[in-house]
Amino acid sequence: MLKFFAARLFQAIPVLFVVITATFFLVHSAPGGPFDAEKTLPAEVLDNLNARYNLDDPLYKQYLSYMGNLVQGDFGPSFRYSNRSVTEMILTGLPITFELALYAMLIALIIGVSAGIVASIKPNTAQDYIPMSLAMAGICMPSFLMGPLLVLIFGISLDWLPVSGWGYAPGDKILPAITLGTGYAAYIARLTRGGMIEVLGQDYIRTAKAKGLPTPTIIYRHALRGGLAPVLAFLGPAFAGLLAGSFVVETIFQIPGLGRFYVQAAFNRDYTMILGTTILLSTLIVVFNILSDILTVWLNPRLTLKD
Amino acid sequence: MRLHNQTPCPRKPSTGTHLIRNLKVQAVIIKTLSIARACLLLSLLLLSLLLIVSCDLGPSNRATGAAQQILHLGNGTEPKDLDPHIVTGVTEHNIISALLEGLVTEHPRTLQPEPGVAASWSISEDGRRYTFKLRDNAYWSNGDRVTADDFLWSWQRLLMPSLAGEYAYQLYPIVNAAAFNKGELNDFSQVGISAPDPQTLIINLAYPTPYFLSLLSHFSTFPVHKNTVLAHGKQDERGTLWTRAENFVGNGPFVLKKWRLNYLIQVTKNPFYWDQENVALNEIRFYPIDNAQTEERMFRTSALHIASSIPADKIASYQQNHPEKISINPYLGTYYYRFNVTRGPLVDPRVRRALSLAIDRQMLVDAITKGGQIPAFSFTPPNTQGYQPPSGILRYDVDLARQLLTEAGFPNGKGFPTLELLYNTSDGHRRIAVAVQQMWKEALNITITLSNQDWKVFLDRAQSLDYDIARAGWIGDYADPNTFLDMFVTNGGNNQTGWSNPQYDQLIAQAATQADQTLRYKNFYQAEELLLSDSPIMPIYTYTRVQLMHPEVKGWLANILDHHPYKYVYIDPIAVND
Repeated sequence: MLKFFAARLFQAIPVLFVVITATFFLVHSAPGGPFDAEKTLPAEVLDNLNARYNLDDPLYKQYLSYMGNLVQGDFGPSFRYSNRSVTEMILTGLPITFELALYAMLIALIIGVSAGIVASIKPNTAQDYIPMSLAMAGICMPSFLMGPLLVLIFGISLDWLPVSGWGYAPGDKILPAITLGTGYAAYIARLTRGGMIEVLGQDYIRTAKAKGLPTPTIIYRHALRGGLAPVLAFLGPAFAGLLAGSFVVETIFQIPGLGRFYVQAAFNRDYTMILGTTILLSTLIVVFNILSDILTVWLNPRLTLKD
Repeated sequence: MRLHNQTPCPRKPSTGTHLIRNLKVQAVIIKTLSIARACLLLSLLLLSLLLIVSCDLGPSNRATGAAQQILHLGNGTEPKDLDPHIVTGVTEHNIISALLEGLVTEHPRTLQPEPGVAASWSISEDGRRYTFKLRDNAYWSNGDRVTADDFLWSWQRLLMPSLAGEYAYQLYPIVNAAAFNKGELNDFSQVGISAPDPQTLIINLAYPTPYFLSLLSHFSTFPVHKNTVLAHGKQDERGTLWTRAENFVGNGPFVLKKWRLNYLIQVTKNPFYWDQENVALNEIRFYPIDNAQTEERMFRTSALHIASSIPADKIASYQQNHPEKISINPYLGTYYYRFNVTRGPLVDPRVRRALSLAIDRQMLVDAITKGGQIPAFSFTPPNTQGYQPPSGILRYDVDLARQLLTEAGFPNGKGFPTLELLYNTSDGHRRIAVAVQQMWKEALNITITLSNQDWKVFLDRAQSLDYDIARAGWIGDYADPNTFLDMFVTNGGNNQTGWSNPQYDQLIAQAATQADQTLRYKNFYQAEELLLSDSPIMPIYTYTRVQLMHPEVKGWLANILDHHPYKYVYIDPIAVND
């Protein structure tokens, strides 16, 4: 397994290299720079600023020096937040976004897997249609609608939960986690249903039934392991997607996570911050995909980790 | 490699092959139901968890705020930094004005200069020499005295070219300050600032500047604590750690307690502040909230005392249901369109003026912006420190507009090329652009296409004159017509229209050296007449500040700069209601 892991990581290096290089040249070729503002700066001041951040060097030189620093683990200073380094900002935002994504994932799994199982037991009946229609609605409902809706109900009308914040008032993590989780719950429900229906139709399940095993035993001990395979394959990319896609939820709920930095950095042309967050997220996507592969093999004995 | 071996199904003694089939089906149904029930149970569990947590929401920020004099403020975006010599924004201003204090402060309503670190000052007859006497009880938050040398050192810092301070030009009225900032002069002792003793600061101006005192209440002229800055870097080094909560030393009414990135800035009362017995608030918390919807929800659930922005579609509802919580006040800023005078039909001033006359500004503010904005028929907002801009040059006059367009060779819009209206992506700008497009179509029969761009692309195109008509906005730095009118001098950095008029340049230059306020305003008036009749720009409306505030906040007074000196602000617990 170690060998597999190492090989996959090795394959990831060229991928990351391409991502970094492409991002670097794309952000630098985008019109406008980090110091453009409604009030134009005097030319001397702009020159001073560009010199301070080495933006007056030729682009290839900037690229080489950026890559040189990167190899040493230095993401550089943020262009916008002048007394912060990109590394510091990532270290502040990432744990928060990670925690949010984790809760969202748990909620997505609990709701999604339960709904998927319920639906798969009696396909094409009301027991299937109701949870699956809800799931479809969940997929269709974007978080910028879901979030304010939940806030309106639980935060403002019922006054049960805080409408914003993260770890500041009790219970303020609940609504963001649910908002971010429900969309994925819907996907997971559909995947679970599909996987379960396929497994439940197989011979060994029929055998188990024929032996008179109780249904819960069949479902939980025998069917679920195979039925969840598509869900597991989805988990890696989904978790990476939760991390990268938390921007909307973080904005709605005023959460100081990485997602907001990422999107704002692009608007601000904060070159180093855009690169730093892109590198981080692409690394996470690669790693989670590998983990998800390993998990899939672990649950399906017919697969091996031979590369 | 196999990770795991699946164990074969355990054999169970055959239980009931002899059972009637019906019974078995029944059993399956029961089991199935039990699974469904389990799921339901789980959901209920989650919901009850939610309820348990929510039972203990605790008192709101408003309630604790009233009891402990803690003010909760929505404050736009995350500040770039808290270094007064580097930052430029309103967000940063709001925090820095709690942490630092300049020579003079502002009256909370009239904005007239009041004694700050300087207890008194005198101005020479020709208006070019200011002598400040610093108070002997002004201290830094670590107990050090605030001296004249602190100002000397801080202003040197602001003017150092290597610091690249964007607001260095605020000190340009001082003798040789501009030359030093541009690197033409390296000897700071030749700049017109001197400190003969620790409590005296003498400033020599290159030309009389009637608004000089109001520049001194701008955060860029605030002093910084020399030893703290030097402990974390050089005098001219940007972005060092001296502005972090654990390092910051200030001389304002509050000290920086906590700075959580993108989340909260907390300042507490400064026991060393010279006027601390008149500071009522114990603490201010600034929340960087860039989403107006979120901010309004926080305001509604009593998490904020004051919301700095409000979604446009909620204004009417607040005005109707909670008029005591919403306030709309004029703001020293103008929303306008730029015309690129270097190409196409817009080279002709008659065309530009026709476009400007064909706009029904009253309709725009009543039906589109709906934030109480004031239709603008001049670039400088009316009554800017007593200055009244020329009126009557611009108005809503479709007949005259048509006539001018005909004179310019486009009768009834015939032969008029399609122009592009550029704005940065935002729903508010789009709605105005659509309305203007429609008005031009109806009044002049000309076709305009709309183009929205990302903010930085938009700025880039405006600066490089790569547009026909572009949306713009300008907020005054200080309460004086100069902050508006000096923009449009030939090749001015913020001109961005290609417009140039030697007579205009001369009038603005004259105003700069004019000591007599009446004559000065006359210069501005004449200059603005030229600007409006030549129309390189089309003013649309004067900005307003729409703000939500709970009624228990007192001493937060409206003024055109939206400045609110915190030492006058307090929370009246008796006025807390819902």
